[in-house]
Amino acid sequence: MNITHHFDDATLMAYSAGSLPQGMALLVACHLHWCPHCRERSEQTDAIGGALLNQLAPTRLNDDALNAVLARLDEPEQEFASVKHDTVSSAAAAELPAPLAQMLGKPIDQLPWKRIGYGVRQLDLELDGPGATRLLRISPGVSVPHHTHGGNELTLILRGSYNDEIGRFCMGDVADLDDDVSHQPIVDTNEDCICLIATDAPLKFSGLMGRLVQPFIGL
Amino acid sequence: ERRKQVRDEWSACLTNLAETRDKSEFARLFGYFAPRVKSYILRLGMPDATAEEVTQEAMLLVWRKAHLFNRTKASASTWIFTLARNQSIDRMRREKMALYELPEEEPDPDHRDMGEHLVIEGRMKAAIDTLPENQAQVLHLSYYEGKSHSEIADQLGIPLGSVKSRLRLAFSKLKAHWGEDA
Ligand SMILES: [Zn+2]
Ligand SMILES: [Zn+2]
Repeated sequence: MNITHHFDDATLMAYSAGSLPQGMALLVACHLHWCPHCRERSEQTDAIGGALLNQLAPTRLNDDALNAVLARLDEPEQEFASVKHDTVSSAAAAELPAPLAQMLGKPIDQLPWKRIGYGVRQLDLELDGPGATRLLRISPGVSVPHHTHGGNELTLILRGSYNDEIGRFCMGDVADLDDDVSHQPIVDTNEDCICLIATDAPLKFSGLMGRLVQPFIGL
Repeated sequence: ERRKQVRDEWSACLTNLAETRDKSEFARLFGYFAPRVKSYILRLGMPDATAEEVTQEAMLLVWRKAHLFNRTKASASTWIFTLARNQSIDRMRREKMALYELPEEEPDPDHRDMGEHLVIEGRMKAAIDTLPENQAQVLHLSYYEGKSHSEIADQLGIPLGSVKSRLRLAFSKLKAHWGEDA
């Protein structure tokens, strides 16, 4: 994978700080699984958290806190409700970054895509807001209507590619955009472009949108 | 320098804990980190009783996951910070969602070693102290209070873009200390 578009520093800082909404955090984790460059930068943004932790004045714990924890050290470790890895098909693991493969459990072509018209299919991951987290599957030649963003918009390309005012985005690339940027992505090969999109506020469409915008309502 | 020796000791202590499973080592780590983790969790806005509980859970994870601590990747305080953060996120979401853990990697022989990490962290701390007030403020609101960029923008009455550019400026100053020779 030849990744050329990466996260903004501010996004990695928010990820380290734990202040991203669930969907955006999922998307960041997915790109980190694929991108050693951003992994090293995320170690740096984590280290800011480590340095800040050292700076905090200590707060007293309950008197019995240490004993309470010591008493639990030998407890058998309960399985957290983490997704069982053996339920993730190897086909899904081969084409999706691990956090998404674990969440979806199926390869891209077996997902329950919903056709929403104009050459667009989608799957809403139904995570807690603010904002939306969707997989989009956009047919060749189709363009997302021209829009800007109410807040931050992260896009991770899972398959295929698109072109917009900023550049060309291929598998593994992320577009990390906000209200400073308006754009109109167009799928630019004869392959569907499949991407994960996570926002923290609705998109703002410009121009005469009418029914054209319909497939993207909710993003 | 004394401060560096102190942190050095914690990374060694954590590495040692993974090997020996010595509960007295754990008690030492607990004594230093648990009160700081609790301060962090309180700042995230959790009530005292919940913060106490989440702190104890985070420290229990330190024990259980000590074998995953990789001294070439992070210092003990950075590693414990990320555990405490994930534990807090988990609690705040009030749902059992898988934590998005990164793959375990073989230690990279070219990767900067632990000694250097400690130096970096010490320098980073010093650099944080010298950040201009408006950059330190967004850093604290983000890391200590878990506020999103939009929430910080609303609270300070500045555009989203300004919040992000202050964070970027802060980061570029802090990361300048990352690659330097000691
Ligand atoms: Zn990257
Ligand atoms: Zn957009």
